[in-house]
Amino acid sequence: MHTRRKFIKISSLGIGATAFAGGMAKWAIGSTSPTNISTGSQSLAFGKKVATYCEVCFWKCAGWAYVTPNNQIQKIIGNADDPQCNGRLCPRGTGGVGMFSDPDRLKTPLMRVTKNGEQTYREASWDEALDFIAKKMKEIAEKYGPESMALFNHGSSGKHFTQLLNAFGSNNVTAPSFAQCRGPRDTGFELTFGESVSSPEVTDIRDTRCMVLIGSHIGENMHNGQVQEMSEAIDKGAVIITVDPRLSTAASKSKYWLPIKPSTDLALLLSWIHVLIYDDIYNKEYVAKYAEGFNELKEHVKDFTPEWAYGITTIKPEQIRQTAREMANAAPAVIIHPGRHTTWYGDDVQRSRAIAILNALLGSWGNRGGIFLKEGIKIPEFPRPAYPKPAWSWQDTLNGRYPLAKESITNTIIEASIPEEGKEHQIKGWIVSGTNLIVSIPLKEQLMKAMQSLELLVVVDTMPMEITGYADVVLPECTYLERYDDLRATAHREPTLCLRMPAVEPLYETKPAWWISKQIGERLGLGAYYNYTDFKEVIDWQLKQVGLSLSEMERIGTKKFARKTPVYIDPNSDHQFKTSSGKIHFYSKELEEAGFDPMPKYTAHDQPEDGFYRLIYGRAPMHTFSRTANNRNLVALMPENSVWVNPQVAELWGLKKDQYVWLKNQDGIVSNFSVKVRVTERIRWDSVYIVHGFGHHHKPLTYAFGRGVNDTELISKISVDPIMGGTGMRGNFVTFVKVQPKKEAKS
Amino acid sequence: MRYAMAIDTRKCVGCSDCVVACQTENNVPLGFCRDWVVEVVDGTYPNVSIELRSERCNHCDNSPCVRCCPTGASHFEEGGIVLVEHNKCIGCGACIQACPYDARYSHPEGYVDKCTFCIHRVREGKDPACVSVCPTSCMYFGDLDDPNSKVVNMLKNRKFKSLAPEAGTKPQIFYLV
Repeated sequence: MHTRRKFIKISSLGIGATAFAGGMAKWAIGSTSPTNISTGSQSLAFGKKVATYCEVCFWKCAGWAYVTPNNQIQKIIGNADDPQCNGRLCPRGTGGVGMFSDPDRLKTPLMRVTKNGEQTYREASWDEALDFIAKKMKEIAEKYGPESMALFNHGSSGKHFTQLLNAFGSNNVTAPSFAQCRGPRDTGFELTFGESVSSPEVTDIRDTRCMVLIGSHIGENMHNGQVQEMSEAIDKGAVIITVDPRLSTAASKSKYWLPIKPSTDLALLLSWIHVLIYDDIYNKEYVAKYAEGFNELKEHVKDFTPEWAYGITTIKPEQIRQTAREMANAAPAVIIHPGRHTTWYGDDVQRSRAIAILNALLGSWGNRGGIFLKEGIKIPEFPRPAYPKPAWSWQDTLNGRYPLAKESITNTIIEASIPEEGKEHQIKGWIVSGTNLIVSIPLKEQLMKAMQSLELLVVVDTMPMEITGYADVVLPECTYLERYDDLRATAHREPTLCLRMPAVEPLYETKPAWWISKQIGERLGLGAYYNYTDFKEVIDWQLKQVGLSLSEMERIGTKKFARKTPVYIDPNSDHQFKTSSGKIHFYSKELEEAGFDPMPKYTAHDQPEDGFYRLIYGRAPMHTFSRTANNRNLVALMPENSVWVNPQVAELWGLKKDQYVWLKNQDGIVSNFSVKVRVTERIRWDSVYIVHGFGHHHKPLTYAFGRGVNDTELISKISVDPIMGGTGMRGNFVTFVKVQPKKEAKS
Repeated sequence: MRYAMAIDTRKCVGCSDCVVACQTENNVPLGFCRDWVVEVVDGTYPNVSIELRSERCNHCDNSPCVRCCPTGASHFEEGGIVLVEHNKCIGCGACIQACPYDARYSHPEGYVDKCTFCIHRVREGKDPACVSVCPTSCMYFGDLDDPNSKVVNMLKNRKFKSLAPEAGTKPQIFYLV
């Protein structure tokens, strides 16, 4: 591989570290206190509270930033009117101020230059950086067409750059949230019910009588509204059944913990379906009224008995029957939780289908305590000219694969960025906004190859994430606490609108994404698509269309609207599902026509060889992705991840508590850094567990650097779901390396 | 009046939001904390249980910290809240040694610091920051002398325990089990 684009450590510039980090950052992170609260008798002085919604994760809880009279952010508190948080932010939202006060933030635009034969970055003015980007984008459009520009995005900023790409003439816009995360679930539910469970999920947890978590660890994944509702359900005595090779926090609160052999979930789901049907305890009235394909399903699952599943899953037949009865007893107030990160083994759409079918057999969709019907509020788009129609789009990068992919797939966009003789649809330039591809996308080699081949790589971020080191231009974005963004329009139990406005002026030379997008757009002659000087004009206009105004929203932050449609299915109505036939599909003709199994089947997956353990990864409640590992308000809670090892395995290997080891995977890849061993009874002996998002290898992340292990680097084998292109990542196995392996130190 | 807290271990997920909220509410220096979360694992696979607990100063009735303080900086406020008067504290650390809960730390500015039950909020009729932020609503704060308070209600209807009862400190944080 040639290294046209050498990885550059931003720290080598020694920029900005002292420029603005004085009083404010220091104070905001609490090292000195401006007010004497020594006896605790005085409240801190607050100047004002400013409406915002959180950007530390995708739940986007509405809150108030408390700003002191001298313009410092003291704390962030949830907005009591927002049904997604009910006035209670999670630790990451409460600690969101650490994103703003992080001393390692990107501070000025940076441009790649070659000095004495060495590639490095130099600080640049916004004009210089934006002119350069516009010039390169024009060149790419002239040489290859505007479609050759692609956007990788995640979070609120993505919308602003999507606007830029669409106006430019490309809809090659992609995000890891589909093919690396919720894609299989959404596809499986769409195939069954005609629609997905959305985000935030439409699960009626607070009123459920029985919830099944299969590979979902609510409480560790801190999806705020769900955690709050699970707690409420516990209060009300709901039965929780958790299927997980690890005693998750949720499992510890469950009536049943089924420590399943990893990769066999589909067998358990099929046997549950078998029990419901053959023990005649499914919701007959609901199925007769709303579903079709029952007879085919019944025939299909005939042999999937609990005894059959026992041999595969290691879950005892009696436990399978008993848990199925618990579900049936609670029906229809029961939820087989669809999960969220569902890209595991490559047959994930089929597993999600089985989950959807179980929900349907119990009658949960459309019933209290099951899955409710969402309603949102439509916000009109700000007037603009029509977007040009691209000559080709992301669908063309699929090359006939993944026929049911409804959203773009990061990996095929990456693939299309690797030049190849005769390749029809080539990508030549990337804008990357708010996603650290190095840690979020598996198959590093492919990614590196693609990045080396690009003619333009722009990274927009608030932090010097790994991906910034590969950029031609790095643009420093201000944090969510310093900017306007689109209104948050949520479809859930209650239609809700939330406002994000700047609590304080942007620090350093940072700028909001809407401004960056508009500046590049204007340089490309696309000014007509940005017919405003400040984004707040857009928000104000939109609010006026729904009978509100910006000044009103600044005061209330969150506005709930009355529902116009029922939240549950009216049993007297002729309810139509959004499938082709209006009925729930047990048997999927769509899948059959596309050449796939019309009903889910169990497939055996690879198991670890002797001395290897399945690598399972997940979340911790105080961290989001790889985004918070440097947040000083959160790191003390969990500075690094650890590898969970069953005591028997630890004994076999002579591993002691808190010992540091390296992990080596089935392809011989050794982790960049070592990781602390956590010896615990909370996990099976055939698996190890680590929390995702650690092991940063970019030194400018001065706190996060070198702490823990990055699971993504050990995921060198993926099983792609042929239905929608999800990258199954749970088929990797690791072993322990106790002595530091000799290898070239990475940057 | 006797302030106390009841914490439901069945609902706590150990997210540590209480810790972060306390830090931003009270300007606790990074690297220190006035409250923290403990996880206790019991049993062997697959019969394992865990208990998650948010811990802090127990605002004991029989407080060894108040008794041992040579300057009177550690004292009782209304409702039995134990406080440290920072201006009177000489940072000797006797209270840190005396506390069976390890609830106190030496503040970099030279005094000893710990949970105040957010007395500045309580005086305004609000819950302590940790209670008000908890996503699982697993914490209850109130007056034990008020028969209608949520705390009394929870303690009446649920089994509970306190920490290190053998120390004889009469702690006022109760864990619902």
